[in-house]
Parts: sequence; C-alpha cells; structure tokens
Amino acid sequence: MELTPEEKRKLSQRNWAVAIMLLVFVALVFVVTVVKLGGNVAQHSL
Amino acid sequence: MIAAGASSEFEGARASLAGPSDYLALLKPRVMSLVVFTSLAAMIAAPGTIHPVIGIIALLCVAVGAGASGALNQWYDADIDAIMLRTRTRPVPSGLISRQAALEFGSTLSLFSVLAMGFLVGYVPAILLASTIAFYVFVYTMWLKRLTVHNIVIGGAAGALPPVIGWAAVSGNAFDPAAWSLFLLIFLWTPPHFWALALAGSEDYARAKVPMLPVVKGSRVTRNQILFYSVVMAASAVLPYALGYFGPVYGSVAALLSVAFVGFAVVLWRADASGERKHALQMFAFSIFYLFALFTALAVERLIGMSPLAS
Repeated sequence: MELTPEEKRKLSQRNWAVAIMLLVFVALVFVVTVVKLGGNVAQHSL
Repeated sequence: MIAAGASSEFEGARASLAGPSDYLALLKPRVMSLVVFTSLAAMIAAPGTIHPVIGIIALLCVAVGAGASGALNQWYDADIDAIMLRTRTRPVPSGLISRQAALEFGSTLSLFSVLAMGFLVGYVPAILLASTIAFYVFVYTMWLKRLTVHNIVIGGAAGALPPVIGWAAVSGNAFDPAAWSLFLLIFLWTPPHFWALALAGSEDYARAKVPMLPVVKGSRVTRNQILFYSVVMAASAVLPYALGYFGPVYGSVAALLSVAFVGFAVVLWRADASGERKHALQMFAFSIFYLFALFTALAVERLIGMSPLAS
C-alpha cells in the first residue's frame, strides 16, 4: 500500500519523536549513573 | 498468510494521520501540569535533600505516569468522550488515534514510568506512583465514574497522591503526616473543583449518561455540597499550619485564599438560575489558582528558610 504524502509526513514525525525520546532516555540513564556512581567513587578510599 | 481482518487492520494502522502532538494531547498536558506542580512543591517543602538530576527524573516519572493514566482514561472512556462536546475533539473520539493504540501507549508509559521511578529514584515513590495510576484507571475510570455520584469524591484520591510521591522521593518516607495533610487538602479540593465544572456543563454529562452530581441530584444539592466541601477543605488547608507542619507564609496564604474560596462557594450557592453557570465557571477558575497559590507558598516558604521543616 502506497502512503499519501501527508501519511508519510506524519509517520516521519512519529519516528523522529520516538527516536528523540529514546535518546533522551539513554542520556538520562547515563547522567543518573554518573550521579549515583560518582558520589560513591569519590567516597571510596583507594 | 494474512487473514482479511488482520490485513484491513494493518492498513488502518498504516494510514494513521496522528502526529506527536496528538499523542501529547492523549497525555492530558493541562492536568499533568497541575500534578507535576504539586509534586514539585512537595519535593521542595519536604525535609531532606535530593540531587537535582534525581529530582528532575522523579518529576518526569510523575508527569509520564499522570499522562499515561490520562491516555488509559481516554482509551476506556472513548464512548463517553465521543458524546460530550468538551471531549469529542480528543484524539481517540476524533479518530486520529485508535483505542488500541491509546491502550498500548498508556500501558507502556505506565510501566515505564513506574520502573524508571523504582530504578532511578526509589522504590517508595515507585510504589506510590503505581498505586496512583492503578487507582485512577481501575477504581475511578473503570469502576466509579459510571456507577456513582461520589465518583470524583473517591476518585480524587488519585489526583491527591502526587505531592506524597514528591515528598517520598526526597524524604524516603511515605507516611509523613505533613505529606498526607497535602493529600487531604487536594482530596477535599477535588469535589468543589469538579462539581463547579460539572454544574457549568451538566447537559454534556447528562447526554453521556455520566452520573455526575448535578445530573443525578440537581443544581441545589450540588451547590449545597460544593459549599460543604469548600468549608471542610478550608479547614484542612489551614490545619497543617495549626499543627506546625508548615510556617506562617503558607498559613497566611492558605487562610486568606480559603476565605476567598468559601466566598466563591457562597456566591454560587446564592446564585439564581441565570447566574449559576457564570459563577460556577468563576469558582472553577479560582479553584485552579487556589491550588497553585497554596503550593507556591509552600515551596517559597521552604526556599526562603521560613519552613519549620527547614531547621
């Protein structure tokens, strides 16, 4: 089935939204890891 | 091999014209903003500290969880929303998003928000968030809304929990009486807030056969109940100050605005038929300002070091 130009545009918008949300989530997990790990590593005696 | 029904369903899914903004609308962003704000104010007011990044994530989880509840509500209530003028342009009744997609979107975000809260913030706020979503979807939306005139009285507990979630995210304590005094305030605020809106749009609820108080018991009983709940809510608003949970900034704002709240309720109670809709909408608008103002006072008081919890 061939999508109309409007359907293609909306599909592209939805794909971009999902991609951005996934990237934001990955960034959040990274930042939380640094925040939680950072404090523990700083307090850990060598 | 694809069955005929599956094929047409697949084609329908491919032809969706819903954009990201339609999915955002499914999350009821205006309701979400009040939920996030009360949770943020409680986080600021709560005893203890939280890393700003963890605090932002806790708020995001509350926002996504609240939005997910809204999406599930629109999945279940699509038939009602299609009848009511106020809601028939929502993404599901307007046909932009299918009920199945709303269910999947809401379920995924619910699970995601609770798991993220549990792993990234803490298990106590995660359990509270899961309870809030479950209460809103199963108790309010699926059970009470179509059953009883007390639907929003009991269902209001879901909207009253976010400050307790924010409080628990900071303090780790789910049973602090100060946090539950905020729960009580929003719980008692909900009936006059929603009944004022229902009074202004009772034909809409009647058409959809939703047993809201004005539809079932009429305007007089509704206005009596609004006045009753307003007085009890006003007492509950100043109670945390009287008990020493919060300080004079919160106490004075709560006292002044609660008098005004009861004043709006009295004006509505005395209104004749021609002025009822106007006064009901005024009361509804003021009730939103009231809640924002009280929680702003709560946060400001803590930020300027005047909260008894700061010491």
